[in-house]
Amino acid sequence: MEASAQRAETPAAQPGKASSRTKSERKLAWMLCAPAVIVMLAVTAYPILYAFVLSLQKLDLRFPEQTEFIGLANYGTVLSAELWWLDVWNTFVIMVISVAIELVLGMLIALVMHRAIFGRGTVRTTVLIPYGIITVVAAFAWQFAFASESGFVDNLPLIADEKNWFGGHISSLAVIIMAEIWKTTPFMALLLLAGLVTIPDELYEAARVDGASAWQRFVKITLPLMKPAILVAVLFRTLEASRVFDSIFIMTRGAQNTESVSILGFNQLINRLNLGLGSAVSVLIFVGVVLIAFVFIKGFGVKVEEGRPGG
Amino acid sequence: MKVGAREYSLWTIAIAIVLIFALVPVLWLLSISLKPPSEITDGRIIPAHFSLENYKSLFEGGWSDSPFLHPLVNSIVIALITTAVAIILASFTAYAIARLEFPGKRAILAGALAIAMFPPISTVGPLFDMWRAIGIYDTYLGLIIPYLTFSLPLAVYVLVAFFREIPWDLEQAAQVDGATPWQAFRKVILPLAAPGVFTAAILVFIFCWNDFVYAISLTSSDDSRTVPAALAFFTGESTFTEPTGSIAAAAIVVTIPIIVFVLIFQRRIVSGLTAGAVKG
Repeated sequence: MEASAQRAETPAAQPGKASSRTKSERKLAWMLCAPAVIVMLAVTAYPILYAFVLSLQKLDLRFPEQTEFIGLANYGTVLSAELWWLDVWNTFVIMVISVAIELVLGMLIALVMHRAIFGRGTVRTTVLIPYGIITVVAAFAWQFAFASESGFVDNLPLIADEKNWFGGHISSLAVIIMAEIWKTTPFMALLLLAGLVTIPDELYEAARVDGASAWQRFVKITLPLMKPAILVAVLFRTLEASRVFDSIFIMTRGAQNTESVSILGFNQLINRLNLGLGSAVSVLIFVGVVLIAFVFIKGFGVKVEEGRPGG
Repeated sequence: MKVGAREYSLWTIAIAIVLIFALVPVLWLLSISLKPPSEITDGRIIPAHFSLENYKSLFEGGWSDSPFLHPLVNSIVIALITTAVAIILASFTAYAIARLEFPGKRAILAGALAIAMFPPISTVGPLFDMWRAIGIYDTYLGLIIPYLTFSLPLAVYVLVAFFREIPWDLEQAAQVDGATPWQAFRKVILPLAAPGVFTAAILVFIFCWNDFVYAISLTSSDDSRTVPAALAFFTGESTFTEPTGSIAAAAIVVTIPIIVFVLIFQRRIVSGLTAGAVKG
């Protein structure tokens, strides 16, 4: 498709050999790509098709003899279950709140890393620590901090004594969201910083000369110019947040109605060994992710191919 | 430019807040891990007495009985093998994409992007069923395969971004001197690409080290369970003791090397994470 455009970069010095070189180049390229493509498809495309096939069956590994084809009945069961919609709502709440807070915090941290008059290196190094830490470990750290037996949070000033954080729906969700934010804000900040550094300093100088305040410079220059970087960062974090699993599993295992759709899928598949119903949940989650990506790419015009994949 | 005292103190406060935000949970784990078991629930931020009891309990019983040694070795071996294989496969692909012209290039990039967005939980059921059928459930291989799949897109992006920066004239010079495209790749480009390759390797390693969904779904014993999964199933020394202390100690043991790693290679990690994030 774009071959002619980029061909111009390579010297067209050997016109006679061009076609055989092109051919061998293609062959080499395909050979180089084949192993990675096969591995990537083997564990995504094939399993999702297989999940779809499984989802059309009544298939419980505890009662394998009762297996039969039941069409879309599993989807009916899932979509008419109150638990599914509660979990969709929980996932949505965690996703929206954590990404929104991360965006604000990430932007502040990116500005600190970009503009601070000292200590930039220290900040950059430190924010990488949450990124490097295992999510499960981070979840334990927050759980231990808030747990009523071992935590220190209850002993802080301004906190009501002996609050049982994991005893209520809202407070459990709040701690889960906090852990998610802590773990993933660094990634957001770094993506935003990469967008921030591409804005030419002259724009700010000119605005300053014209008497624009710091806030005006941020709203009129920084935000519009960073829109593509912000959208790509938000898209990736939204998709990642939609599969929230580790923190919930560690902190509540879904107690106090904190289950996410991923936890529901796991419970059906691995704990109950109900592959039919669990696969219906898996396929629905997949469809949900495709919808989110579609809304971002078509609705907000996120140019992903110019973004993250280095393309 | 003159820096006012007010500006200076504002930045100090901003930086201090970021540091506290990033470090407190880790310091809290460290504090718990150093408390004697009887004081773990005292809620003190700084331990009243220091003790290595929790660390000792991790390794008690040696190779056969320690609850932690097997998962630790599993995590390290699985992450290292995945990283090595992923980097080799991704280097081939990234070279082809950055350097060669062929139909399907955009499709591969788009496909890699789609996989980066793919929800892993959607493949857990099928893989659980398939792995049990072909006998690689609860084995290293059973975890390495999905880890490869989900780390390849990351590795491919990072490497394509790095490979596009390489002075390719050198490769052409080698080809003019009679090297085949393969020789030019191996002898000229690979050494130049080493920093990018290393960056991609760090990111892939951290990804494998961090995974939890597959680790608890596709394993059932200490034969292949990795550290995150093992932590979730930790039990206390007896049925009546909470495993809080051992979990905190284990968490610190697996976190310290990563922190050291991050401190040493922070520039590479930042450049890798943001590779291709912005066109320009």
